[in-house]
Amino acid sequence: MIQISPHAEAALTCTLDERSLYLRRLVLGSVRSAGRGHVGPALSLIEMVRVLYDDVLRIDPNNPRDPDRDRAILSKGHGCLALYALLADRGFFPLSELDGFCGPDSILGGHPEYGMVPGVEASTGALGHGLSIGVGLALAARMRERSYRTFVLLGDGEINEGSVWEAAMSAAKHGLDNLVAMIDYNKLQSYGPTDYVLPLEPLADKWRSFGFAVQELNGHDVGALRTVLKQVPVVLGKPTAIICHTVKGKGLPAAESNADWHHKNKLTDSELDAIRVAVGDF
Amino acid sequence: MRNTAMNMVHKLATRDERVLYIGSDPGAGTLRAMSKEFPKRHLIEGISEAHIIGMSAGLAMEGFVPYVNTIATFLTRRCYEQVAVDLCLHNLPVRLIANGGGLVYAPLGPTHQAIEDIAIMRALPNMTVVCPCDADEAARLMEKTLDWTGPIYIRLGKGGDAIVSKAEHGFEIGKAILMRPPGDVLMVTTGIMLQRAIAAADLLAAQGIRAGILHMHTVKPFDAEALLQAVRGVKLVATLEEHVPSGGLGSAVAETLIDKLGSGLPAMLRLSLPDRFMHNYGSQDSLLKKHGLSAAAIATSIERAHAASHAPSPQLHST
Repeated sequence: MIQISPHAEAALTCTLDERSLYLRRLVLGSVRSAGRGHVGPALSLIEMVRVLYDDVLRIDPNNPRDPDRDRAILSKGHGCLALYALLADRGFFPLSELDGFCGPDSILGGHPEYGMVPGVEASTGALGHGLSIGVGLALAARMRERSYRTFVLLGDGEINEGSVWEAAMSAAKHGLDNLVAMIDYNKLQSYGPTDYVLPLEPLADKWRSFGFAVQELNGHDVGALRTVLKQVPVVLGKPTAIICHTVKGKGLPAAESNADWHHKNKLTDSELDAIRVAVGDF
Repeated sequence: MRNTAMNMVHKLATRDERVLYIGSDPGAGTLRAMSKEFPKRHLIEGISEAHIIGMSAGLAMEGFVPYVNTIATFLTRRCYEQVAVDLCLHNLPVRLIANGGGLVYAPLGPTHQAIEDIAIMRALPNMTVVCPCDADEAARLMEKTLDWTGPIYIRLGKGGDAIVSKAEHGFEIGKAILMRPPGDVLMVTTGIMLQRAIAAADLLAAQGIRAGILHMHTVKPFDAEALLQAVRGVKLVATLEEHVPSGGLGSAVAETLIDKLGSGLPAMLRLSLPDRFMHNYGSQDSLLKKHGLSAAAIATSIERAHAASHAPSPQLHST
């Protein structure tokens, strides 16, 4: 029997502050406009992306290609609605773009594209690519003696991919302490529980044994995320893995831990009413 | 050809600090001199091709020009999605140096024989596909790779292939080289089939058939202009490739002729490997011979097709 992490229990019960609710309204507004979107994977990510973009990344929305900026890659590209909400809110592009999500002339597709969306560092969507690209970026920083850091956000289902573990071995080999892997551990992938599809436990031990300094936390706890992310590198000479225990669909009771909300098409009137109750009018 | 290409990576690295060598698990001592001179730019990253391509993409995003090197099948089949998404979609200047294009690894069996690599690499938007014919041409190609936009797939031959390319022809990626002016027949080649085409052309000449040779070292972007120029007045176009019949040089030639000429097409003969995995070993030469790609067999096939192209068209008789 797998021990349930106290962080996972905390993720289920913790409440969300107004900024987290606001960001959820942005995400769900895009889903309402487009009549589609990966709801669950975006809602589990929001606090991870929020703390990164609000408090951690050294970035300038007016100079998104600044060579000294920190790099962040959303390797689980299907969580893009959370990223788009943060990028729009931080001024990388107008908030009005969110209404065009997946539209024929939109810059915002169902997976984020480099060169299309200001602030997006790499096109993702096919899973298992982001950590390798991140290793390349982090290694380049080392070789060029630059101080930027690289953060890669991975899904738990995503780390089924063998390429992630190739990248992990490589990051450890190079001692990339300027690289941080953040795992959105919501324990539910497209079909169902990760424990059913392809068990990941003992997950922290896996990352540790691959040479990472590992931290675990409640991925909806903004304060905990700030504390840990501001401490990186946790161990000099080692890449960091932060296992963020989250809840798929967090903040929307109907969607929480419900695989049917992995991807959602048109929202019904009753679903829209339930969303308003949960996150406020939008 | 392989040693030349490898040494060129070292030479380019001496000139340009952006150049990296990234091998998976190459033979002991590969680019040892470079590893001593530039230890930080000589990276051996393990049997993890999918990761290596992604990592190279990240390095290229930061201004490096990685030359990634392993066996052709592992650089194409194993990590195709990474090549498509990380390299081609982002249009990054990563160079894939593929050892053992075609049947070079004949004795090692079908896992090591790159018989469809041109097709699958050519299918990717933004990819450039180059198949040099000999070591001299490989060196000229490598000189041009430093500042080429986007990814390049470089299909290397065995090494020790007869030198048939000529310095006076120069070398530009995407520019075919007319090795012999066409007569009734034009052979279009890529890679080491050029050597066989030259020998076949000599055999055909002895039979009174003048066969030209257009060396299409770059299969993508395809030099349609050179092909259209060369096929003027030609009755038979024969393509020669060490590759399955679908998607390679023969396909590119046929597509171009159909798209650009529409009607009045010359007869066409596509000489290639069959559409199946090889279950014989031996050598590259013995397998090519078995599949009708020796110089003599090429000449015979062309002679027959040439005769057929001259035969009167079948007439419909009414009574």
